[in-house]
Amino acid sequence: MSSSAISRDDVAHLASLARIDLSDDELDRLGAELPAILEHVKVVQQVAGDDVPPMSHPIPVANVFRADVPRPGLTPDEALAGAPASEEQRFLVPQILGEE
Amino acid sequence: MNERSSTLVPFEDALTRYEPVMGLEVHVELNTATKMFCGCATAFGAEPNTQVCPVCLGLPGALPVVNEKAVESAIRIGLALNCEIAEWCRFARKNYFYPDMPKNFQTSQYDEPIAFDGWTEVEVDGEIFRIEIERAHMEEDTGKSLHVGGSTGRIHGASHSLLDYNRAGIPLIEIVTKPIEVPGDKAPAVARAYVNHLRDLMLALGVSDARMDQGSLRADVNLSLRPSGTTTFGTRSETKNVNSFRSVERAVRFEVSRHAGILDAGGSVVQETRHFHESDGSTSAGREKSDAEDYRYFPEPDLAPVAPSRAWVDELRATLPEPPAERRKRLQSEWGFSDLDMRDTVGAGALDLVAATIEAGASPAAAKKWWLGELARRSNEQGVDIAALPITPQQVAEIQSLIDAGRINDKLARSVFDGVLAGEGSAEEVVAARGLEVVSDDGALSAAVDQAIADNPDVADKIRGGKMQAAGALIGAVMKQMRGQADAARVRELILEKLS
Repeated sequence: MSSSAISRDDVAHLASLARIDLSDDELDRLGAELPAILEHVKVVQQVAGDDVPPMSHPIPVANVFRADVPRPGLTPDEALAGAPASEEQRFLVPQILGEE
Repeated sequence: MNERSSTLVPFEDALTRYEPVMGLEVHVELNTATKMFCGCATAFGAEPNTQVCPVCLGLPGALPVVNEKAVESAIRIGLALNCEIAEWCRFARKNYFYPDMPKNFQTSQYDEPIAFDGWTEVEVDGEIFRIEIERAHMEEDTGKSLHVGGSTGRIHGASHSLLDYNRAGIPLIEIVTKPIEVPGDKAPAVARAYVNHLRDLMLALGVSDARMDQGSLRADVNLSLRPSGTTTFGTRSETKNVNSFRSVERAVRFEVSRHAGILDAGGSVVQETRHFHESDGSTSAGREKSDAEDYRYFPEPDLAPVAPSRAWVDELRATLPEPPAERRKRLQSEWGFSDLDMRDTVGAGALDLVAATIEAGASPAAAKKWWLGELARRSNEQGVDIAALPITPQQVAEIQSLIDAGRINDKLARSVFDGVLAGEGSAEEVVAARGLEVVSDDGALSAAVDQAIADNPDVADKIRGGKMQAAGALIGAVMKQMRGQADAARVRELILEKLS
């Protein structure tokens, strides 16, 4: 995505990907706010010149591995404790739309 | 959605005008003890949400750490597919909003797969086809959804869905081919042979159960058509989760017919995901494919890059098994099997069983006879995989050794198989318990022979008169008397002694 312009259509597209239902007013507001946020963060690009390789990890480390040995996790009750709803020991989610 | 009711063009007819181009994506679920990024167990069929933790549930603050064994398996798979192994590669977040991943992204690899630029070969009707491998990358499986309230568990019409995250985070390797351009009439068989070949390879490597019926091997079939003699690829459809070898073949055939129908009518194929239906071999429209860009891939900041040293890669290269095709060739020549024998053995899923039976001491001919005859018949009758029959290659070899020693004959052996399969113990124990041993004790045999001669005076006269071939009738009579347990060779000797 280009660092500058983000249109109202871009916001609407992102909202649909994220399955967030935005009203026209919200689209107008976010269509103005998001470019401002990006503009603010853009200052980073001034530092990252061609001689600075992009990085995805704060420390130069590789091959951080874990042995393939099982460890106890959460009980089903613990796992479901934070769920708004559950049924049959499973997480209950509302109707999934936009598929088949 | 926008399903067009185009006519299906018969497959052979479609091939007179179009050439199919295929791409196959196969997901292999690794058989590691733990998940890709956390220490949760991976047992199949566990109670829902009993193999979960903050990492695979995507709870705030959880820190994923890569499973070393999964990386090792990924490298071995890459090497077995003649791939280059990346010197340095990262994981990436594939962002999408769907409840099968509680994190709202799947940790995958994007532009830096661990293995790339490989090839492998498959055989169809004695002809070798080379399949180019684009990449093999590491990712994680998703949770399982149960749709409630709709018809037959489908998402359509469901009131809500229930999620079990036991499978979320299990290591997957996705193997992607380059476009496969083979003669159209061979395409379905080549696709099937390729997926079958990958299964054999995974089993030989010992990295996965590779069971299509349990979802540990899943195939997506991408297919497009182009007018014969042209080179530009057409628009492709992606048929997801085709879950048996036969279905792979059927999905290719169906999509060729469907695409040809659309193109003949002057329409254009929609790039979309298709669902395969086992019941009639058809596909139906799923969602329209979003652009890769919509996944907003970016490097995973919580995971360190993977940089396998060349020493490690070489070490893993040394652990590679003999490639399945070479092994088959070697075994065929060692066993003296014809091409047909070999095809039957492989087709019955009995190659490893026959090999182990021979290793346990049986002759190749005997091992083949029992596995492809008696035991294949029983597995068909019971509708179970031949490997799942409750008998081991060692037990089959033991039964054959009893035959070779003259203690039982082929007919009695069938009863011994019954006993062993029924869990009555070893072949030796079944013979003892069921009293199946061949009688070669002269006392008992002699009495039975005398009885047979007395019962069949005409036959006895013929033999006395020199018609030795008539002895068969008397042997049969003795066998009947002794419920098949007489030593036929000894009976024949006794008859001739008594009547000469």
